[in-house]
Amino acid sequence: MTSAVLQVSDLRVTYYTDSGRTRAVDGVNLTLYAGERLGLVGESGCGKSTMALALMRMIKPPGRIESGSAIVGDETDNVDMLKLNEEQVLQARLSRIAYIPQGAMNSLNPVMRIGVQMIDAIQAHRPKATKTEMREQAEAALESVELKRGVFHMYAHELSGGMKQRVCIAIGILLSPKVIIADEPTSALDVVVQRQVMETICKVQEKIGATVILIGHDMGLMCQITNRVAVMYAGKLVELSTVREMFTNPMHPYAKALIASLPNLDNKGVFRGIPGLAPSLLKLPSGCVFHPRCQYAMDVCKTTMPQQSVTKSGRYVYCHLYDKDGNQVSGTPLIKPEAVTN
Amino acid sequence: MLSASRENLTVRLGYILRRFLFLVFVMWTAATVLFLIPRMSRVNPIRERFNALARSTGYAPKDLESIIASYELKFGLDKPLPQQYVDYMASVLRGDLGVSLMSYPKPVAELIGEALPWTIGLLGVTTVLTFLIGTVIGALAGWPRSPKWIKGMVPPLMILAAIPPVILALLLVYFIGFRLKLLPMGGAFSAGLTKEFSLPFILDVLSHAILPAFSLILGSAGFWALGMRGMGITIQGEDYVNFAEHKGLKPGRIFYWYYVRNAILPQVTSLALAFGGIISAGVLVESVYGFPGIGSTLSAAILANDYFVIYGIGYITVVAVAVSMLVVDLLYPLLDPRIRYDRK
Repeated sequence: MTSAVLQVSDLRVTYYTDSGRTRAVDGVNLTLYAGERLGLVGESGCGKSTMALALMRMIKPPGRIESGSAIVGDETDNVDMLKLNEEQVLQARLSRIAYIPQGAMNSLNPVMRIGVQMIDAIQAHRPKATKTEMREQAEAALESVELKRGVFHMYAHELSGGMKQRVCIAIGILLSPKVIIADEPTSALDVVVQRQVMETICKVQEKIGATVILIGHDMGLMCQITNRVAVMYAGKLVELSTVREMFTNPMHPYAKALIASLPNLDNKGVFRGIPGLAPSLLKLPSGCVFHPRCQYAMDVCKTTMPQQSVTKSGRYVYCHLYDKDGNQVSGTPLIKPEAVTN
Repeated sequence: MLSASRENLTVRLGYILRRFLFLVFVMWTAATVLFLIPRMSRVNPIRERFNALARSTGYAPKDLESIIASYELKFGLDKPLPQQYVDYMASVLRGDLGVSLMSYPKPVAELIGEALPWTIGLLGVTTVLTFLIGTVIGALAGWPRSPKWIKGMVPPLMILAAIPPVILALLLVYFIGFRLKLLPMGGAFSAGLTKEFSLPFILDVLSHAILPAFSLILGSAGFWALGMRGMGITIQGEDYVNFAEHKGLKPGRIFYWYYVRNAILPQVTSLALAFGGIISAGVLVESVYGFPGIGSTLSAAILANDYFVIYGIGYITVVAVAVSMLVVDLLYPLLDPRIRYDRK
């Protein structure tokens, strides 16, 4: 693998609400390499978006980043997003780490021309650039997402949903950031446009050599697009594996149940859901947060939080079924892959 | 590109023409309604005027009926209704709104012409100032990064807005004008000064305008602030404001170009309506200060049953609202590109 461009360690975000503290992101560790695409999946409210916002330093009160570090960049040129001051954060956004928003339909200012909104972004980071340079850069970015240069002069209401999403991608890649976070970038689009938009993201990613974090629920899309998949549950990362391993041999019981609930061509008929509901972040279960819903739960799961296990192939899993090296602890219930073929 | 912009121009011209014809239609309707209302009433304004005179002086002319008849002949009220309508419309087109009964034989148009500059001067300026002050405070109050003391300014302004401007005017006159004698208590300029374009006269007019202006500004800035704050809170949660932050823009730039620029759109509509309403807005405040504007003229005309002046001012008010709506309709597409000139 090439060098790491994003190293997140022990990231914790808490929301201080009236009804108590909620740990939305609880001790996430993650390392991403240049050119890699990570899929981040999990139920609604499990902390995916909060984690993305924390990396952008966009957590607003009552939320707070409690601890952790997020180093963006390679060995020669990097910053810790969580330790920068206000001014430096503004500079780092978009130029080092960019965010492609969830609601692209509404993410463009309706009263400003697209071009002005793009030049806005360039000017904030390169105040010395001339008008012609900035315009050339913006139009080139539009071209790289397969839009016409003429879009520069248009308003958001003159564009279709897919075009608006492409404009958002074009803005995201304007300054060739090292990390691109795409938060459900295609959730409002039909499947054909979805695929086109995702291919566009992948193409520009390869061009600028960035790493992409793709947040979403669409496991089919994840399977096609990403190299690795991270599964989050109640603010915690429970498993991080390559796509193939995740889909053929998930280790964590939650990941296993998630994969088993997906329809596929061989397994027609009834699908098994995951019993129970995701816990309220206000009242998390003791020990392993998944134990009340886990069919393999043991006594130790109710009292102790599992530690990170790292397998030889570099998978992370947090579960008492495995020892430190990711080998199944003898005497525990056998967890074997379901009849899922890929 | 060139042919497109030419096509655009014809579309715009067509829109402006249509809009202008609509204005003419509104003015015609208003004139017609104002023609019909007094003629549907059983009250004869001329008889009322003489009755009032008789009541106040104790003298009733013996040949009252013949005097009334001769006046009706003079005003053409003896003619059939259609003929009256044609004559009336012709005189409205000439800008002739009839003759005042109260200060006979002064034409209503002249009476309005004398009062209008004072009203426009006082209420026009205060409306703009109120709009600016209220909108700026409201915009800052709805912005999450603003200091607390700005957010704290909205409730006191709301309390002031809940007090009718007349009460505020009376309080200001009593404390600042009468007790402290800091500013003149009423009128538009000091007695004894002649109307001329000189520095002492202008300063005198300004010192007389401060108290009425203050009662109007304090009384309505709260509404503007509340409207802007409400809209601002909606806009600051919009995805495009969020995305602007993700772009790493400076807060000042987001505040103006992404937040204020979108939140201000409904305020502009209200501003135009407020401009249309300035003639009637200041009636009470002008009366308290004895300010020689349209408001004072109107209240005097109501007290004196001077129907022609009342209808004249009513007509001017309708025209003012219609003209300001026309101006807004023409300006709005420049403010909001989503609104287009063509009918779609």
